[in-house]
Amino acid sequence: MAQGAAKSASTGGLRRRRLLSAWLFMVPLLVVNLLVILGPSVATVYYSFTEWSGIGPAEWVGLQNYRDIVADVDFWSALLHNLIWTMIFLTVPIGMGLLGAFLLSQITRFQMIFRVLYFIPYVIASVVNAALWQNILDPSRGIGSALATVGIPFLDGVSFFGSERLALPAVAFVDNWHWWGFVVLLFLTALQSVDKELYEAAKMDGANRWQQFINVTIPGIRATLVFVVLITIIGSLLVFDYIYIITQGGPAGASEVVGTLMYKEAFARFEAGYAAAMGLGLSFMSGLVIVVFLFLRRRGWEI
Amino acid sequence: MSTPARGRRQRREPSKFPYYIVLVLLALFAVGPLVVLIFNSLKTNAEIGRNPLGPPTSPVFENFATAWTQGDFATTLVNSTILTTGTIVGVCVIAGTAAYAMARLDLPGTNAVLLYLFVASALPFQLFIVPLFFLWSTLQLTNTLYGLIVIYWAIFSPFATLLLRSYLVALPRGFEDAARVDGANELQVLTRVVLPLSWPGFLTIALVSGLGAWNEFFFAITFIQDQNLKPVTTSFLAFQSNFSRDWGLTSAASLIIILPVLVLFLGLQRRFINGLTAGGLKG
Repeated sequence: MAQGAAKSASTGGLRRRRLLSAWLFMVPLLVVNLLVILGPSVATVYYSFTEWSGIGPAEWVGLQNYRDIVADVDFWSALLHNLIWTMIFLTVPIGMGLLGAFLLSQITRFQMIFRVLYFIPYVIASVVNAALWQNILDPSRGIGSALATVGIPFLDGVSFFGSERLALPAVAFVDNWHWWGFVVLLFLTALQSVDKELYEAAKMDGANRWQQFINVTIPGIRATLVFVVLITIIGSLLVFDYIYIITQGGPAGASEVVGTLMYKEAFARFEAGYAAAMGLGLSFMSGLVIVVFLFLRRRGWEI
Repeated sequence: MSTPARGRRQRREPSKFPYYIVLVLLALFAVGPLVVLIFNSLKTNAEIGRNPLGPPTSPVFENFATAWTQGDFATTLVNSTILTTGTIVGVCVIAGTAAYAMARLDLPGTNAVLLYLFVASALPFQLFIVPLFFLWSTLQLTNTLYGLIVIYWAIFSPFATLLLRSYLVALPRGFEDAARVDGANELQVLTRVVLPLSWPGFLTIALVSGLGAWNEFFFAITFIQDQNLKPVTTSFLAFQSNFSRDWGLTSAASLIIILPVLVLFLGLQRRFINGLTAGGLKG
């Protein structure tokens, strides 16, 4: 039918048919997106103003959930942990990423092997990475006792994930192990597009390696650097997997973040309305980061 | 580093040796733990007590057999395979048709759709998880593999569509116009002409969304409680708490989970790395 029609149809009919196909082809994407992401996202806004257990009707309570969040000590403690997490991820993986990428850009031999090795942790499932480090950091059957047998006893018996002081940085360490290699490759891609002649010019001016790094490398990859900073801040606000898998926010809330706290509110305490408000607040904060970034860029900051 | 006292040639090209030392240290940090994982999978629990991280003195393979049966891998690997395959096929269809409509069929409002896709691929799950869960319970889609697959379609397709569209935009249009002149309809143009030309783009989105589905944890643990339907990731978490600190067994189970991924990654590393770094936003 279509073939026959195509030959005889006017150009107007052809265009109409093409437009119809275009929208038909969009249907699967729009339907699943509406059903899974957009619809529930809008519903979150509504439920955040209700008292709702997840089952049955929701009762409108106005701003009560938001007032409760502001008064919730656990929430502020969790948000503080998100900020600590952000600080760790803005420094350690970005530092390692810049170092790794800069060194890789300076060599040619074995570059591909290093890239593949650095990237491997990024493709491994979070549950496996977590178990691997729970094994290595085991208080009595891990690196502490291995070092003790060669005469370095000070880590022996240390429970990294079980200590209130160490749990958060220890989980951050595991997440970083999985993440930094990816950052290396993002930076390396950016570095490879920096004009080689700029380095030559800097060398002619007598710049040493460090000065070349500061004056040529960093400006050359600024766009990627800003992008990584942006996804680091947003990712740190929303972090969930590694904390939920390794410590569930414990011990005694020492590694609780807003993501794990809202999950517990929704699925363990059945405070779905309260959790919706918390989720919306968290999304609002990460949206705000993007808005600030766009605002600064519009104001002429070259980021 | 060279000193000024050395010759001119040396000062201009200082040795790269210190670079390699640091690069090797970073490489050891990246893969050393995985070597420990392999070592420990080959040790008995008693040997791990004596020798926590070193190579096994007398390798044993029984951890793999025990992990296979105790971890119920015969079931969970099938579940993960269904989830991954279903995700890949669905994402390729959804992203393929949408990208084609935007790149080739002059979809009106393409820019608005593109903007929406960027936003959708950056929306945090915290924004929609609560109503989504209770919607899925009402529709009786929790504790089903297809219910989870639909979620994976939704979360992986925005990025896949963007990637595929930029790929299609770069392809020449001549062949398609020739097929249309010969009377092919749009579906035929897509399946007979565009697909054969754009398979590398499809392979990339298949790898990225397939890896995402295989490793996915958050939606899997939220939506599947039935032990017989769990994928390898969440089932592994339950396994690990049952065999708490039996690291030989846990390591063997870990290797079973990551082996397919590692083989595929090492075989297609360049495509994996390019695809995943293009999707940095979802990292």
